[in-house]
Amino acid sequence: MKIAITTAGKTLDSPVDPRFGRAVGFIIYNSDTQEHKYIDNQQNMNAPQGAGIQAAKAVVDAGAEALITGHCGPKAFMALKSAGIKVFTGADGTVQEVIEKFNSGTLTETQGADVSGHWF
Amino acid sequence: MIIAIASGKGGTGKTTVATNLALAVRDMGYTVQFLDCDVEEPNAHIFLKPKILSQKKVAVSTPSVDKEKCTLCGKCGEVCQFSAITVMGGLVLTFPELCHGCGGCFNSCPEDAISEVGREVGVIERGTASGVKFTHGRLRISEAMSPPLIRAVKRDVNRSDVIVIDAPPGTSCPVIQSVKGSDYVLLVTEPTPFGLNDLKLAVEMVRELGITFGVVVNRAGMGGRMVNGYCDQEGIEIVSEFPDDRRIAEAYSRGRIIIEELPEYRMNFEHLFRDVQAAIRRQKTDDEKTWQRTFNETGGFS
Repeated sequence: MKIAITTAGKTLDSPVDPRFGRAVGFIIYNSDTQEHKYIDNQQNMNAPQGAGIQAAKAVVDAGAEALITGHCGPKAFMALKSAGIKVFTGADGTVQEVIEKFNSGTLTETQGADVSGHWF
Repeated sequence: MIIAIASGKGGTGKTTVATNLALAVRDMGYTVQFLDCDVEEPNAHIFLKPKILSQKKVAVSTPSVDKEKCTLCGKCGEVCQFSAITVMGGLVLTFPELCHGCGGCFNSCPEDAISEVGREVGVIERGTASGVKFTHGRLRISEAMSPPLIRAVKRDVNRSDVIVIDAPPGTSCPVIQSVKGSDYVLLVTEPTPFGLNDLKLAVEMVRELGITFGVVVNRAGMGGRMVNGYCDQEGIEIVSEFPDDRRIAEAYSRGRIIIEELPEYRMNFEHLFRDVQAAIRRQKTDDEKTWQRTFNETGGFS
């Protein structure tokens, strides 16, 4: 299963980026093969609006089935849920630490957006 | 002739200048049209007291997708600059509140699977205010998409009249939508550090749009001369200065017209209009000269 984690850097010891739509990038971690790859999110970081929706598209297009991040707004959450992605918010620490928490089953799935939308 | 009244900073006196200018120009014998484009908080009607004769709802055309016809090709999402329509994970998602109503998705869909659904963003009201043709827009409460409503207000423009546009404050989309297509922009500011800071942003904006502009310094004398210094340095014309006169503030607070309450200021607005007219004429002559020069240099029609 592929998991997307918002990240401020390109490696597993990078800190988790608390933002979703305007995260620096995503690490897509494959829990079956334990491989990972980095997806840049520069374009969405500077988007005037709809960053969360485009970030959701990037995560879905990468084939992820779960997302781990700090916060997730209403439109992004709706988009992720429509595509059947499990969302886990409130993550902090490094990407590696978050993956370990996910594997040990200590993360609980988020039932709704935890922050309001950012207009413009 | 279209004159837009704008400012970076709010509360500098845009509406005061716009309403008084409109009435002064009417009294000079012109047919005047007043467009209040500050649709989020229109207030010119408080001063002009128009008789509203008609009201019209304004809707933005948002996409509705026929899932039978859609092949999930994603062209609509590529066209949309605002993520109002996106294809992901075998689904088409639409976010009507993000839609600017440009119609790009309808036109780009090869399957003709997208139809238009109106989403009401506000109303425009038309009327007359003692001989001045009046139009303003009122954005629906909680609505964030003001440019389509501003566009609807501006559809009333009749180029043979003198058109006075009261723009919203700031330098973002609603302001650009309001001042775009004007012959002249009056930037109203005040001699405070805040006024100057936001004036600089507004100047950058009108320069980017390539519209002739000048500055009105309101409440002159209350702060320093920093606005004048900046305008000198940048070669910007200060077309008018209004003193920090308590009586103006009092008349304003009662919703009164300055040129009627304090007739000594009527001349300021007449001069202001003459200066703007002259600046527009100069610009037109310059434009024609540039055109002629380019025409000659490029060998005419050959």
